[in-house]
Amino acid sequence: MSQIEDRGYAHPEALVSTDWVAGHLNDPSVRIVESNEDPLLYASGHIPGAVEVDWTRDLNDPVRRDYLDREGFEALMRRIGATRDTTVVFYGDRNNWWATYAFWVFQLFGHDRARIMDGGRIKWVNEGRPVTREVPAYPASDYRAPERDDSRVRAFRDEVLRHVESRRPLIDVRSPAEFTGERLHMPEYPNEGALRGGHIPGAANIPWARAVDAEDGTFKTAEELRALYEGEARLQPQDDVVVYCRIGERSSHTWFVLTHLLGYERVRNYDGSWTEWGNLVGVPIEK
Amino acid sequence: MPEMPDKLANTLEALSLIGDRAERIQMLIDIAERFREVPPRVAARPFPEEHLVPACESEAYVWAESRPDGTLDFHFAVENPQGISAKAMAVILGDTLSGQPPEQVAEVPQDVVYRVFGRELSMGKSMGLMGMVSMVRNLARKHADARRSAS
Repeated sequence: MSQIEDRGYAHPEALVSTDWVAGHLNDPSVRIVESNEDPLLYASGHIPGAVEVDWTRDLNDPVRRDYLDREGFEALMRRIGATRDTTVVFYGDRNNWWATYAFWVFQLFGHDRARIMDGGRIKWVNEGRPVTREVPAYPASDYRAPERDDSRVRAFRDEVLRHVESRRPLIDVRSPAEFTGERLHMPEYPNEGALRGGHIPGAANIPWARAVDAEDGTFKTAEELRALYEGEARLQPQDDVVVYCRIGERSSHTWFVLTHLLGYERVRNYDGSWTEWGNLVGVPIEK
Repeated sequence: MPEMPDKLANTLEALSLIGDRAERIQMLIDIAERFREVPPRVAARPFPEEHLVPACESEAYVWAESRPDGTLDFHFAVENPQGISAKAMAVILGDTLSGQPPEQVAEVPQDVVYRVFGRELSMGKSMGLMGMVSMVRNLARKHADARRSAS
């Protein structure tokens, strides 16, 4: 894959390469954060100096089905020793799916000094770069966060309903089988977290992982991404776009691609996603 | 027939005694390191689709091999090199359910996944790991039914 700056991205600074990370392992202005789906991976070996941010323990409020509040975010940032000036570099398993999710949650608190390591954990490992089981400890910072602002990057169900009624575009990033509702009928997986199978009316289906190169997990070029989202899904850069999946994790990956790599200015992630919409009373679906 | 094979019950009991999450994770990593792929006498690549665990994004495969005593040996493959939880699950299922009465294996509850890993799993990860349990159960059920109809 080509160098990041040669791929035509709107905001190439949102990505850093594994080389860049290797050169900043001891940079006190950088905090490297691993976020995975697999709970065993970080402890089995991680980039030297990297801390773990776990989406279930660190980012969620399971009682309210919500994200952490300002106090929770401050506590998290203090724990990992990050200040408002720290550049936080996320990486993780599954093509950075969980890394982009953590990145997106950080945007709810306006932590703009955030980057994704292109290619994620597997690229680092496949390049034979060092990993360690040593868990680093950093002096606690005095991080002060603003109140959480959901309005820029997060969409709620009533907003999504109005979005559908006004025929604005949505991207469903789930698998084709989930999009059509076929997966709901698989034996042993009767509900997939929702009573109904299908998708939000008007949504186009672009599975999230199509945005990455299958060989090395790096993001595709801007031209290739435009072919997907503007060619297949008929988006336009000025569109007001809602992305969703099952609980908003996979779609945070597509949110990152549209917002940071293609430069769309109005993309929101509907984290209620299919587990909410598929169960809502009085809203339409398509199959 | 008792509820759960003793070896599985003992393993779950041992895991339940570890209150510290980091210690439990370390134990599961140690278990995953004992993973051995399905032997060539049982299966070789490309592995047949019917052995692929549905919903497991680590591309896990399961096989059952008959033993002379009428029980089964369970074998696994995990194609995702980062599929460390799938490998830990495979080792636990293989170690504790191989050689156990198929009728008993067929009744192992899917939620053993949570007793192994805790509740802090993504829905996708839970489904994949439960899919492995489910595949083992189904193979045991088929074997038990075939034995019953042959006798």
